Order: sequence, then C-alpha cells, then structure tokens
Amino acid sequence: MKVLVAFKRVIDPDARIKLTADKSAVDESSVEYKANPFCENALEEAIRIGDDHDAEVVLVTLGSEDSTQQIRAGLAMGAARAIRVDIEDKALDSDLAARILAEIWKREKPDIFLFGKQAIDGDNNQTPQLVAEYLGLPQACFASKVEIDEDAGEVTVTREVDGGLETIALKMPAIISADLRLNTPRYAKLPDIMKAKRKTIEELEVDELGITDLGMKIEVISLEDPPKRTAGVIVASVDELVSKLKNEARVL
Amino acid sequence: MTKILVVAEQQAGQLKRSTLAAITLARQIGGAFDIVAVGEGLGAVADGLQGYGADTIFTVDGAAYANYLAQPYKAAIVAAATETGAEYVIAPAGTFGKDVMPRVAAALGAGMVADCTALVDAAAKTFKRPMYAGNVLATVRSNTAKTVISVRVADFDSAEKSGGTSAVKALTAGDGGNGARFVDFDITESERPELTEADVVVSGGRGLKDGETFWKTMNPVADAFGAAIGATRAVVDAWEEVPNDMQVGQTGKVVAPKLYIAIAISGAIQHLAGMKNSKTIVAINKDPDAPIFQVADYGLVADAFKVLPDLVEKVKQARA
Repeated sequence: MKVLVAFKRVIDPDARIKLTADKSAVDESSVEYKANPFCENALEEAIRIGDDHDAEVVLVTLGSEDSTQQIRAGLAMGAARAIRVDIEDKALDSDLAARILAEIWKREKPDIFLFGKQAIDGDNNQTPQLVAEYLGLPQACFASKVEIDEDAGEVTVTREVDGGLETIALKMPAIISADLRLNTPRYAKLPDIMKAKRKTIEELEVDELGITDLGMKIEVISLEDPPKRTAGVIVASVDELVSKLKNEARVL
Repeated sequence: MTKILVVAEQQAGQLKRSTLAAITLARQIGGAFDIVAVGEGLGAVADGLQGYGADTIFTVDGAAYANYLAQPYKAAIVAAATETGAEYVIAPAGTFGKDVMPRVAAALGAGMVADCTALVDAAAKTFKRPMYAGNVLATVRSNTAKTVISVRVADFDSAEKSGGTSAVKALTAGDGGNGARFVDFDITESERPELTEADVVVSGGRGLKDGETFWKTMNPVADAFGAAIGATRAVVDAWEEVPNDMQVGQTGKVVAPKLYIAIAISGAIQHLAGMKNSKTIVAINKDPDAPIFQVADYGLVADAFKVLPDLVEKVKQARA
C-alpha cells in the first residue's frame, strides 16, 4: 500500500495576525511558520496506516524552498520521502493547488491520499474535495476515525458532521481529509530528526507536471481588519448581570 | 438576467433553515433564482421551499440519495445547474455544503467562494470572506463564468417569504461515479435547539475541569436560558464526552445568536472567530485578564462553579 499526504506550511496558528501598514498583505515580518495543524493529523494517520499495513508514506508540499523546514519535520515524524512542487503560496488558489496535487496523485498512484480538512491561513476547506472530483475518486472529509480493510479494498471512515457522526465506506483509491479528533500527532524524536536529514525531497516545477494553465479561479483582491468589537462593562454580581440582561439588553 | 441556483439543505426529509441564508444571498445578487433539493422523499422539503420567489424548485429524489454521499449529490446539483445554465450555485456552508460544493465547482469549471460573509459587488463578482481564523477579512473576485458560493449562515438574515408559487420539477441524475457506501449515522440526540439556529447559546471552556463536570455545569444553565450548548476547540479536543459538532470557532461552527454566554472560556482568537457576531455577549471567567472580556458586553469576573447556581435561579425567576 501507499499513502500520500498533503502537507502545508502556514503562519504559526498561535501568532497574532495583523496586516501590513498598507493593508496589502498579512505582516510576516516577525512571525514563525509551522506545519498546518490539520496536515499533522493527516500525516499522523498516514504513519499509523503505514505501520499497520506496511504502507509507504509519501509527503507532498506545494511551496517555496522556505517550506523545507516543515517538510523535514514531517519526514522526522515518519514519512519515508517527500515531494516539493516549487510554487509560491501567493500564486495558488484552492483550485490550482488541487490541479497540481491531482497530477502528483497520478505520478504516485497512492491507495489513500490524506489531507488536513483546511489550512488555517486561507481557511478554504476545498482542496481535498476538488482533488477528489478532478480524479473521480470517492471522498470522506472531516474524518475522526479511519479503518482499512485491505482484502475488501475499502476504507471505512467516520466523519464529524452537523448533527452527529456519519460512517461511510470508500472503495480505494480514496481521498480523506482529517479533522482534529482523528488522532494526536506525535512529536519527532531526536534520532528521527537526524534520520530525516538523509531522506529524499524530490523537487518539481509545475510545468514538469504538464500544467500550463496557472490561472486562479478565485483571487484575493484586498484585505482588511475585521470589525472590532468593543469591550462592555464588568458587572459586580449575578444580580447586576441578570438586571442588565433583562432591562438593558432585553434578552431575557 | 443573472441565473442563480440555490442548493437546499435537508436532513431526513426536513428542510433546514440554513437554506434561507443562501436564498438571501441569491436575492442580493439579483436576477432569477431556482432551488434544487436532493434526497429521498422530498415532498415536505419542496412544500417548505414554496413562497420564496424561486422560478422552479428542482427535486432530485430517489433511493440513491437517501443518505448524503458526495458523488451522487454532486451529480444531482450539477444536473440542475446544467439544466438552468446557472451562473451562481449557492449553498449554506454547513458540513454538507463544505463537503459537496467544491466537487460541484470542479465539475462546472467554476471557482468557489467558501464561507462567504457578504456580497461586495455583483457586477464585479466580488465577495467578502474571512481568512486566518477571522483575523483578516478578504475581498475575493471570481474569475470564472460560473461561481460556486458557500454562505456563512450566521452572516445572512433568513429570507422571508415573498409570496407566489414556484413550479416543481423532478430531475434525474446519475450517481456521479459513486465509490462510497453509507454505513451508519450516529445522530447526536438533543432536545435543545440547534447550535447555529438558537437564540441563546451557552458555551463552556477548559475551565470546567473535565467532560463530566462540563455537562453537569452546562445543562442547568442551558435549561434556564432555553439555550443550545457550545464548547471551545480545547474542550472537544480534550474531553471525549463533548462531541466535535458542539465546537464553536473557526474550525467548528460559527454562531450569531441574540445572546452568547461564554463560561470559563479564555477567548482564543480561534473561538472568537466563531461567536463575535453575536448580538449580546456575556463572559464569566475568574481571570480578569482573559481576552474574552475584550469582546463581552457584560463581564463577570468570578469562579463559574460558584456563581452559576445563583445565575440559574435568578434567570429562571426573570423568565418566569
């Protein structure tokens, strides 16, 4: 078996996000970068599948050379090798990312292609579904449990959806996106970090994948700060709170 | 004239109110709109969609659609979009819309605006949507002839009925090359209002100690207010007793009730993104420096365990 994992470098999810003075971009002057948390859930699941089913785990990143640090971290977690398609994040929308990743799928032919459900920068929650449609494959998004039946060629996935938990079975090859309760991503151990330095990162250009249309279907044209909410009053007691809710806010 | 297709959201043959937010955006864009509903046994859903001004209500009804699966539902929505030549296909951005609409976009060669919070300019095809957990508001432009949109339900009013009768037309569609099979749906049993539709939401954070204490503490408060119960990402992540579909925040649900009560919640940016459009916000937290107080209309600096029994009693009296 083979499992492919999409792995994205993002601004530290705990960083305080602010715009540059001219509001043209997010101020990246003093922020750190990390792997997208949902991608770490995806990679953790891939490694577990790798252990249980003797599967090769391959990591793929779309990004500039700056992504190498996060790729190495992913290799230290346990991926066998990595592919980096050299393209700036700014040049990608979800659709172009999906078209590129679909080409990587065609080169690698994995049984399972795992993603994080969304990247915490763009928050689009689209790429796994787009890849699934471009490849005509079944999908299970927002996974909280993944079980593989190799003999049946099926993967059973429990999905966290509005109103409950849905379980579906997909014929492999299949596309899965990870939600946060799927697992707890491991920390890489020092020997694995050392080992990861010797693992292969294959670098590819977009045109090597036969993609000529680099147009974006959805383009960000401006950014702004969200409307600020101002702090109200601190009340001294439960009685004062109930009185305010009843007489001032009129919500009781 | 602009042609729009609204995708109705239904569960077990019941129309979901979230659909009305999608109709509101369709009306704002202007032009003519149709609605498509997909499922099995759609009579009540089609009836419920009458009176909103749609030209046609398309139903794609059959056993293949008894349970939601991405590929058959995608095929059904694409069939309706192809029938009408819709330039916009709009659905509410619940887990249903998030799951199926990107596939619809790919099938139609359309760009998709996810989690749209506002229309900017219909002629320029520009829309607002949040990024970075709601810390940045982006204006995005669709560069494609057809555009798919998922709407953030909390940011749009529910459409009111405008009168008139829509034609109902049954459509057939294939299974979209389906490679998935439904196994089971484990419904979260609750007599409380649905989180995204409730007038009052009470949410609890990690300050509530553990999963069992969470429920013991939150249930009486929710009963007193007639509220839905929400939780932070940290809570659903740490305590198995609290399901993930209760998560309020950028990676969970976005709510905008009349009253939001945050109990023992510090106010991580991730969480604020999911609730800061609420009309009135109350925060109860023993840490006076908790960021939640910066967005709260009314703050009470106190140990939740100590003040909640009193609050429950006083609210019951006030609402009696």
